[in-house]
Amino acid sequence: MSAHHDAHHDIALARNDGLKPGDVLLDIRNVSLAFGGVKAITDVSFDIRKGEIRAIIGPNGAGKTSMLNVINGFYTPQEGVIVFRGRERRAMKPHDAVAQGIARTFQNVALFKGMSTLDNIMAGRSVFMKESLFWQMLWRGRALKEEIAHREKVEEIIDFLEIQHIRRTPVGRLPYGLQKRVELGRALAMEPSLLLLDEPMAGMNLEEKEDMSRFIIDVNRQRGTTIALIEHDMGVVMDLSDRVVVLDYGKKIADDVPEKVKANKQVIDAYLGVAH
Amino acid sequence: MEFLHSILVKPFADMIGAPDFLLQVLWEGLVSGVLYALIALGFVLIYKSSRIFNFAQGIMVVFAALSLVGLHEKGVPAWLAVPLTLVIMLGLAIAIERVVLRPLVNQPDIILFMATIGITLFLIGFGELIFGGENKVMITEQLGIPTGSFAFEPFGGFVSIEQKDLTAVIGAVLLVAGLLLFLNKSSMGRAIRALGDDHQAALSVGISLSMIWVVVWFIAGVIALATGIVWGARADVSFALEVIAYKALPVLMLGGLESVLGAIVGGLAIGLLEKLFEIYWGQPLLGGNTETWFAFVFALVILLFRPQGLFGEKIIERV
Repeated sequence: MSAHHDAHHDIALARNDGLKPGDVLLDIRNVSLAFGGVKAITDVSFDIRKGEIRAIIGPNGAGKTSMLNVINGFYTPQEGVIVFRGRERRAMKPHDAVAQGIARTFQNVALFKGMSTLDNIMAGRSVFMKESLFWQMLWRGRALKEEIAHREKVEEIIDFLEIQHIRRTPVGRLPYGLQKRVELGRALAMEPSLLLLDEPMAGMNLEEKEDMSRFIIDVNRQRGTTIALIEHDMGVVMDLSDRVVVLDYGKKIADDVPEKVKANKQVIDAYLGVAH
Repeated sequence: MEFLHSILVKPFADMIGAPDFLLQVLWEGLVSGVLYALIALGFVLIYKSSRIFNFAQGIMVVFAALSLVGLHEKGVPAWLAVPLTLVIMLGLAIAIERVVLRPLVNQPDIILFMATIGITLFLIGFGELIFGGENKVMITEQLGIPTGSFAFEPFGGFVSIEQKDLTAVIGAVLLVAGLLLFLNKSSMGRAIRALGDDHQAALSVGISLSMIWVVVWFIAGVIALATGIVWGARADVSFALEVIAYKALPVLMLGGLESVLGAIVGGLAIGLLEKLFEIYWGQPLLGGNTETWFAFVFALVILLFRPQGLFGEKIIERV
């Protein structure tokens, strides 16, 4: 079987993981994470179900980004287990997380600034590119064919995100809102079964936020991609998400549907800063 | 007054007075410049993809050249010795990744820099053990590199171009062109550039660090072999060759550690300028031998005005 077929096989696996909407895709069980003596996350458990938009909220320093870093393997928790697609692990590894279909964006846009929009999103296909180095060195034949197949997927994403006009622009030159969109595009190119978004709307104006919300909803509905997002704009969180988990000082203080979370006394206190 | 004349007027008058000699000087400078650019490229590639300042680049040149000559001495024909040397350099790249880089991932830059000094010392010892410490002669003719020279007579003067220098320049240009094509047009090249741009983001899209490091160190090995052949053809192959790597330092100061273009332009500029300075200012005014220090002083002066080098990325930090 050619490497090209393998790549598509993997994509199919990532999409069709044998789970029905509503099944548990990711289960975080009693995870604790500390840096030296500083506890970032203390005994947190929650799950993410297939097909939902799951919000992780909390005040600054609550451990939200640390949680994402645990999920995609940047951090190794001291305690707890992570069950992803039925497989139990002590910790993820970044490469494994990618291979298993976890993609993410970053709080402070982490793009390849010197490269074009197109190259950035193509880099998101790295995990599917299997052609041998030898052919790549020569850049012809099979490697070229593979490149073209990936290029088609990438063009689809570019159309979807309405960024055709900046295809060739080095992303370092783009305004912040567009950079965030390119970063989403790169994550989508990985055809993830779980998409982690770290503050996808930070620093955006109202119009940009509306666009981004629309893209997130479309990704979730049309592609059936499960999404976990961290966001500070409560209006956005309440509109978008199916369920919300609330962290404060590294501990889980609430986990429910948006309406219930909004009315939760502990959550209100955490946000208004009542003395502990 | 006479002093100013000898600095500001006479050198240029000499250049115009003997244009054929000027051409000869420029050609010699260009050939050195191409070599400096090659060595600097080896540094830049490794630095861009792994933030390691590779102190071992110089000894890799020696090691590659010694392997080539050593294999030939053992009776391996030249056409086979070159690919075999490449295999050795690939093995070296894999070994360095497994034994040195992988265990030290995420360590501070200075630790990795120290580790490359370790690699240097190891390769010196290992090289002497296998190939012995005495000087060797590069197998220039066996490799099919022509050794004659062209002479032509522009402006009624006389310029001589050695064929091996011409071969070196053409070979270096092809190597660099191939490298640029690979970096800009292949998916592996894209991954290398991505890793250079943002480490964390590269990891998040599943780019494999170890794979890229092996590739990059191997490319540095190929460049080392090319440099070793060319330099070895002009002088003997010995461990003293290692010091030519330090000639790349001013090139890197000038071109910036992150820029492929900077390495090329910086290398050529230093090669040309140091030769011009030596012939027209150094020898008549300073007693010659200025080539050992000119590049460093020149780079320092440039750094006074552009601390990031000519092509380096300007770093604006919030304080």
